[in-house]
Amino acid sequence: METTHKEPNYMAVFYWLAILTVIEIGIIYLPLSKLIIGVGLILLALSKASLVALYYMHLKFERRTLGIIALTPLLICTLLVFSLLPDLTKVQHKTASTLKPPAPAQHGK
Amino acid sequence: MNQATATHTHVSVEPAESPLTPESWGKLGMWIFLAGDAMSFGALLAAYGAMRASSADWPVPAHVLGIPLTAFMTFLLICSSVTMVKALSASKRGDKAGFTKFMLMTIGGGLIFLGLQAFEWTHLIHGKHVTFSHNPYGASLFGTTFFAITGFHGAHVTGGVLYLSAVLMIGLFGRFSKEYANIVEIAALYWHFVDLVWILVFTFVYLI
Repeated sequence: METTHKEPNYMAVFYWLAILTVIEIGIIYLPLSKLIIGVGLILLALSKASLVALYYMHLKFERRTLGIIALTPLLICTLLVFSLLPDLTKVQHKTASTLKPPAPAQHGK
Repeated sequence: MNQATATHTHVSVEPAESPLTPESWGKLGMWIFLAGDAMSFGALLAAYGAMRASSADWPVPAHVLGIPLTAFMTFLLICSSVTMVKALSASKRGDKAGFTKFMLMTIGGGLIFLGLQAFEWTHLIHGKHVTFSHNPYGASLFGTTFFAITGFHGAHVTGGVLYLSAVLMIGLFGRFSKEYANIVEIAALYWHFVDLVWILVFTFVYLI
């Protein structure tokens, strides 16, 4: 038993991946806010990763259950990021360059 | 469907085969392995994000790392993914010469990637004095996370090069049949995964 499907246009996928990579490089030099650039880069990376998974790894032509197996790590890692968020908003690591000298002791009190 | 065909179909269908990947159990096994491996990379990248967000003096990666070189490395891995799917197509067609040519190109792409990564590491360690525990540009964890993540990925590329070389040897000196195409497809899944992970590493570690 063998699953058969029409072979995707691999070169078209390659051109898309190349174009998206060029956009990624270009976007970091645009005079935009860090947030917009960051969100843009993440969306571009996810688009490229999806193209590789869907067409080169043939996930688009596989059974849905296999797609669920493939998406599970993404879901778990998203949960991991959200579980780390509360800590990130409260903790700021102190390093040699950010440590302030201790305030002088006040006498007479 | 005549009786002969029906009998043939009945014989060829193996009830014990996985309903997810009818071609082989190996393909399902590779997908499950890749899902586990993806969680390892996901945990590393999440930890990287957490340490970076909570650090006051994390350097801008583009100021320390060479973006043009790693952009070329990204392009190289994308090219190697194309040659890998071409090799798989050739193996399915029974085109041994085409398969060998594209497999050698894929393995070559992986080797060049590793060479460029070794050059990048050498330049960082000896030229910019960024090491696993020291970073003159700011937070020392920058070096720790950079070498841990890119090193983990580099180990995967090394494993991929060895894996593809072994598959090529089997094709050249052993069997080259339709069943062999299944072995190539499983190896291709691993190689594309290495490419996919690099796309994310390139974005999170180098560009953002």
